[in-house]
Amino acid sequence: MSVKSTAAGGPPAKGRGRTTRAAGAKRRGEEPELVQLLTPQGERVEHSGYSLDPTPDELRGLYRDMVLTRRFDAEAITLQRQGELGLWASLLGQEAAQIGSGRATRPADYIFPTYREHGVAWTRDVDPLNLLGMFRGVNNGGWDPAENHFHLYTIVIGSQTLHGTGYAMGLAKDGADAAVIAYFGDGASSQGDVAEAFTFAAVYNAPVVFFCQNNQWAISEPTEKQSRVPIYQRAAGFGFPGVRVDGNDVLAVLAVTRAALEHARSGQGPMLVEAFTYRMGAHTTTDDPTRYRSDEEREEWASKDPIARLRTYLDKEGLADEDFHAELAAESDALAKRVRDGVRAMPDPGPMAMFDHVYADGHALVDEERAQFAAYQASFADSADSAEGSGASRTPAAAHGKGH
Amino acid sequence: MTQTATQATQAARSSGATTSMPIAKALNESLRKALENDPKVLIMGEDVGRLGGVFRITDGLYKDFGEDRVIDTPLAESGIVGTAVGLALRGYRPVVEIQFDGFVFPAYDQIVTQLAKMHARALGKVRMPVVVRIPYGGGIGAVEHHSESPEALFAHVAGLKVVSPSNANDAYWMLQQAIECDDPVIFFEPKRRYWDKGEVAVDAVPTGLHQAVVAQPGTDLTLVAYGPMVKVCLEAAAAAANEGRSLEVVDLRSLSPIDFDTVQASVEKTGRLVVVHEAPVFYGAGAEIAARITERSFYHLEAPVLRVGGFHSPYPPARLEEEYLPGLDRVLDAVDRSLAF
Repeated sequence: MSVKSTAAGGPPAKGRGRTTRAAGAKRRGEEPELVQLLTPQGERVEHSGYSLDPTPDELRGLYRDMVLTRRFDAEAITLQRQGELGLWASLLGQEAAQIGSGRATRPADYIFPTYREHGVAWTRDVDPLNLLGMFRGVNNGGWDPAENHFHLYTIVIGSQTLHGTGYAMGLAKDGADAAVIAYFGDGASSQGDVAEAFTFAAVYNAPVVFFCQNNQWAISEPTEKQSRVPIYQRAAGFGFPGVRVDGNDVLAVLAVTRAALEHARSGQGPMLVEAFTYRMGAHTTTDDPTRYRSDEEREEWASKDPIARLRTYLDKEGLADEDFHAELAAESDALAKRVRDGVRAMPDPGPMAMFDHVYADGHALVDEERAQFAAYQASFADSADSAEGSGASRTPAAAHGKGH
Repeated sequence: MTQTATQATQAARSSGATTSMPIAKALNESLRKALENDPKVLIMGEDVGRLGGVFRITDGLYKDFGEDRVIDTPLAESGIVGTAVGLALRGYRPVVEIQFDGFVFPAYDQIVTQLAKMHARALGKVRMPVVVRIPYGGGIGAVEHHSESPEALFAHVAGLKVVSPSNANDAYWMLQQAIECDDPVIFFEPKRRYWDKGEVAVDAVPTGLHQAVVAQPGTDLTLVAYGPMVKVCLEAAAAAANEGRSLEVVDLRSLSPIDFDTVQASVEKTGRLVVVHEAPVFYGAGAEIAARITERSFYHLEAPVLRVGGFHSPYPPARLEEEYLPGLDRVLDAVDRSLAF
């Protein structure tokens, strides 16, 4: 499979997106050069530049990944509604973009996610409970990125593309047979850090795949507020290939991302993949998308659902029987229960935890404040004793008075 | 734990060679030694390669260590620091040069939201041994953005360490200590002192990175300063001595953390404190020192803690900077006011 034939070296994009955009009449989803291997109707189609010949097991595996990821996501939304999580950023609708790209990586590759890459995390064997700590508010991430080569979620938009580029520069220095995949969104494409990441990656020929999930909406702002050109075309200006893939087609995403990672690993430098998809849910659980987009638009994208189309294909080809679906449903229920129980059992950190890990080599001020705060806390313990009649006369107010 | 500069020099002499060199050369030698000692150390920045940096701090390193380790970067400060974060995640120890103080702000987001917090975000499982070198301060007759002292903006951020040497020996040692540190260190270099010569004790046991030192012992009043203002304070102490006043000068060396014990010991001896820095006084390091010392040494103070520094104005055009920058007279004026209490 050749990258260049369809990406940088491919036919130039038709002017349609731009001219219709200028006329203000662009229809979403009607974009040029969308690599697709499985139509929304579940039909397998060929593409001149990208091919995939998955085994039945692989197809079932991709389907299973997407179903479990969606179930995990739904459970997290429920947990937020129940007050167990403070916030959740749903990936609903983006399962194919995440599972396809995540399954394209090898163990030695390194992933730099945003805060919505729950499906990619799944493909890297990151315990889903690890992802929930920050949304519950018990930590700000806390997992060891080196364990699964899955970096911490980054909340500031686009920052991680530079971290991924730097890591990729290190891979190149080390002569490692590996690449980085750095995720970002259509909103992040406007960030200076993303442009700088493109520049650095191009200048140093860093082995990094920039994977943009264009889910059409940056909270309330449509992609028209971010770019006048299709995002994948920006790569050309930086001197590396860009390609747009049907982000709801897990097979196409897998094939394109595999090719992009191979492109990077083989010393050809960075590549940009734009996965054209849709955020079916709210930006986060605090968002209300009915204020800025239409039901019709959502319904149109619902008809392109990534899971439904693969199921149609599997069932039609006789690759998944009722037992398979029943087992998967049971597995989904078990996963949801494990997540639910795990979140509810997740302990709050002790108050002294805020002084931990501020510095690796210690810091006199942190030590001083830790000791002061510990003494302050301990003074309340004394007053609790006094309430029980221990005879101590100290009160919280008195303790406060002797604080700093 | 107080160590005087005289003691440090004596220790250096007793242990062997000292070499006279300017601060710029001491920094250069320090970087060279770090590159030699640890293959993971990288130099990154604008013009740090072939040119050797606009101040020549990296002079000759590109030739001797190659473009793989002395890396000319695109002109994008956020990109420099952001990729340094990624290289640190890969196990490298990047030493980043920001060309001038006023140009650090495009990188401020990466420094504050990523570099400073990554270790805590990972609950200690990630380390960020990144040094950000920033030539800072005025007095060189430059255009806008080339003379600023933004150190308080970094000292305010948990997760960062902030230091500034005032002399060649400290420049040589503190930079290596910063590179060896597993935390991000913002390393402020007093650019107008780059060419001031001093003895560098290359075989000595260095003073701790975050330890303040008494640069000049005295009994009547304590002057606390760091970086470029230490020289001004030493000159002030010499001038005051002619009038029979004995000023003690404490070189803070580190702004995060601050060695308050050394400052406290000095103030409890002298009873008076004047803090001097180029940075604006408002919300500056002097405010923090005044508050802490007032807490620690309230009953030892004979006068309120006074501050001398920049004004709450943009750094002025070069023709005005001698008025803006604290000089000998403004320091002595504050000394007079303190002693008059």
